[in-house]
Amino acid sequence: MIVGAEWYMTVAAALFLIGAFGLLLRRNALIMFMCIELMLNAVNLTLIAAGRALNDLGGQVAVFFILVVAAAEVVVGLAIIVAIFRRRTTASVDELSELRG
Amino acid sequence: MTELVWLVIALPLAGAGFLHFAGKYLREPLAGWLASAAIGGSFVVAAVAAVPFIQGGEHGTAVSLWDWMPAIGASMEILWDPLSALMALVVTGVGSLIHIFAIGYMHGDERFHRFFTYLNLFAASMLTLVLAGNYAMLFLGWELVGLCSYLLIGFWFTRPTAAAAAKKAFIVNRIGDLGLMVGLMLVFTTFGTLSYTGIFERAGDELTSGLATAIGLLFLVGAAGKSAQVPLYVWLPDAMEGPTPVSALIHAATMVTAGVYLVARSASIFELSTVAQVTVATVGAATAIWAASIALAQRDIKRVLAYSTVSQLGYMFLAVGATAYVAGIFHLMTHAFFKALLFLGAGSVIHAMNDEQDMYKMGGLLKKMPVTAVTMGIATLAIAGIPPLAGFWSKDEILGSAFERGGWFSVLWIVGLVTALLTAFYMTRQWVLVFLGQPRWDEGIEPHESPRVMTAPLVILAVLSVFGGLINTPLRLTLEHFLEPAFELVKLQHPPEGVGMFILLAGLSVLAGLAGAAAAYLAYNRSSDEWRGFEGGFEPLWGAWEKAYGVDDIYGRVIVAPGKRAAEAAAFQFDIPIIDGAVNGLGRVFRDLGEWARPIQTGYVRNYGALFLAGTIVVVIWLVAGGA
Amino acid sequence: MVEPILFVLMSMAALAGAVTVVAARNPVYSAMGLLGTLFSVAVLYVLQLAHLVAAVQVIVYAGAVLTLFLFVIMLIGVDKEEHWEEPLRYQRSFVAGMAGVVVLMAAGLTFFTDFDWVPAAVGGTDPSRTIGTVQAIAEPMFTDWVLAFEATALLLTIAAAGAIALAHYRRRPH
Repeated sequence: MIVGAEWYMTVAAALFLIGAFGLLLRRNALIMFMCIELMLNAVNLTLIAAGRALNDLGGQVAVFFILVVAAAEVVVGLAIIVAIFRRRTTASVDELSELRG
Repeated sequence: MTELVWLVIALPLAGAGFLHFAGKYLREPLAGWLASAAIGGSFVVAAVAAVPFIQGGEHGTAVSLWDWMPAIGASMEILWDPLSALMALVVTGVGSLIHIFAIGYMHGDERFHRFFTYLNLFAASMLTLVLAGNYAMLFLGWELVGLCSYLLIGFWFTRPTAAAAAKKAFIVNRIGDLGLMVGLMLVFTTFGTLSYTGIFERAGDELTSGLATAIGLLFLVGAAGKSAQVPLYVWLPDAMEGPTPVSALIHAATMVTAGVYLVARSASIFELSTVAQVTVATVGAATAIWAASIALAQRDIKRVLAYSTVSQLGYMFLAVGATAYVAGIFHLMTHAFFKALLFLGAGSVIHAMNDEQDMYKMGGLLKKMPVTAVTMGIATLAIAGIPPLAGFWSKDEILGSAFERGGWFSVLWIVGLVTALLTAFYMTRQWVLVFLGQPRWDEGIEPHESPRVMTAPLVILAVLSVFGGLINTPLRLTLEHFLEPAFELVKLQHPPEGVGMFILLAGLSVLAGLAGAAAAYLAYNRSSDEWRGFEGGFEPLWGAWEKAYGVDDIYGRVIVAPGKRAAEAAAFQFDIPIIDGAVNGLGRVFRDLGEWARPIQTGYVRNYGALFLAGTIVVVIWLVAGGA
Repeated sequence: MVEPILFVLMSMAALAGAVTVVAARNPVYSAMGLLGTLFSVAVLYVLQLAHLVAAVQVIVYAGAVLTLFLFVIMLIGVDKEEHWEEPLRYQRSFVAGMAGVVVLMAAGLTFFTDFDWVPAAVGGTDPSRTIGTVQAIAEPMFTDWVLAFEATALLLTIAAAGAIALAHYRRRPH
């Protein structure tokens, strides 16, 4: 028996929303970063599910590329967080609001 | 060689360009010698290219360089005919001597190289004007010489008087240029082109005399501005604020003759309108006597020469107005020689007197500056019309032509004769005041002869002033034959035939010249008290002459003051509240908008994220609803 | 019968991990939650026959990325806990509103319309054609997507160089 793609989609949507709202509610830059990873994983899951439903390997190829990009993004993002922390000894994004109008 | 004639313009232009960028790295005399070499090379090219005309029988050739504004028939083309060749030779020849003179005169000036940049640029502009093959290019040169004139009059711009004089020259010239521009528009609407060859050959068939009159009078307005004729002459005396070589080059020998050249070049158009001819001649004669009378009473050595230049330009206008084009161009040439010499001599004197220009504070310089004194004496005799010097032949040809034409021109002939008397008087007065009598110098001035780099051009110009007239005597009309191909489309006015008439007319003008010179010598070769008394005997006329009839005051009150008031009204009642107000208002609107929208940028990345997500949700709703 | 059971278990685990990431006050717990989610999602990949991607997910994410996270957490201190109060006005209500809108929209579309979330493939689904073996993935990746592949390689290099540059940052002495 095969679980339909719509179920995977539902799980992915739930994951995405949890990640998104976590991103908006938490102030720790690290946690926000993890939330972004959650959202990326949710999108990956939809791509895999859609690829299977549509008989297309392209979904998996796309996920592969997204993984690479996400890895690069994590490397740079964490480096930035470390750099900010060295300067300001804080990881809270709310204190980094100099660019206000 | 003719196809290389563009070098005549290109050499000084290249000199100006080079000096502009590299001049400040050159040691002092080098920049001057480079500039002199540029224009000297230009002279050599022009001389070689003019050989076919001297051999005779050669007509003009048009050398096309490149398309410029094809829509109005204006390409960059050079018309190389005897007239433009002669003008080019005068400009480059006299120009070279003045360049060399300036090396000595400008010694020690901190903007030495810049001066020669401007001089070279001026030479290139003037050559563009005279070598142009169409009116568009002529106008280009016309405006460029105006610009150079402005730059050079105001060369010592830290003096307020020099800056004001430069502005005045530029603005008065604008008035004339307006006339020229409208005239050119009229030419274009009539012929559909601005090219000389296209216009002159068709002028006789296609131009009505009314239109020819209109074009001629508009050209006269332009020429009067550039050549300092009544009523637009007021800028030229003030232009003496510039360095003396500038006065010699631009405001005596070359640029101010551009108006004469314009009329001579447009002979085919003036040919069709007697009204225009008479107006040109009348303006010329009126200018001649008006300026000569003012020159009588001037104390400033350069102002005498300035008014004298205005007066002599009047002679040239009288000539070209009487369609004696060859006589006009002839006088233009000889005048370039002796007036450049007079200005350079005056420069030499001023140089020696530590920038003193008041002739009443000179005197007795003959022994101190023999070369300057003798050469200036020769020029004085030449301009006074004493035979066989250059001025005699050219002036006499003008007066003879006016006499021969008769009618109203006979009156102008008498005016010219009186002017000749006045000319001899004021020039002799100047020479006597400067070089004879007792020294009246201020304390601490020790006059000395100028260096050889300055006296050499004086000597060369003196030789030209003596022999330059011999190229066109009634016995031997060399210049006339030389210029004939350029004027074959028009009828030239000649002096009366016959030896008897010649002797009569020449005798009259020589008599006038001698009388003026003798009167001045007798009046001024005395103690200063005596000649001051002599001047007092002419009051109140003398005072009016000394104040130049107060024309500047009248212009100031009638034209400049209302103009200033109008400008002030426009500035303070229209520009600031309305134009500026509109611009500022628009700016304020957007600034307020920005101020109002500023709080959106909280600086909190989570706010941005929330708005981002909200936007995404809207887009998703739109997509789900079948929007795309 | 394996797939439905595993699907339910792993979905629960993934969502639980996600909630932990968001809700935990200690970043280390968040990282552990993320680990759980990533691992569960990898199993969900396997269930859909995406074997290579699942392996990469475990190696790169659960291995490298998460280690990196833990490293940084240790570096900048775990004792910094957030206050529960939300300093930004309206942020929570706005987020709650958006959540409501999304949930309502999804529910409405699902229960009251015949909205087709996942259109079926023409001719039916054939799982055998999407088995994500190394060979199967490599074939399109090195033919159709080779340019993108090279671009990501470049991106990784640049990211590594950038991270080194940022990590080498020293405050300039004034």
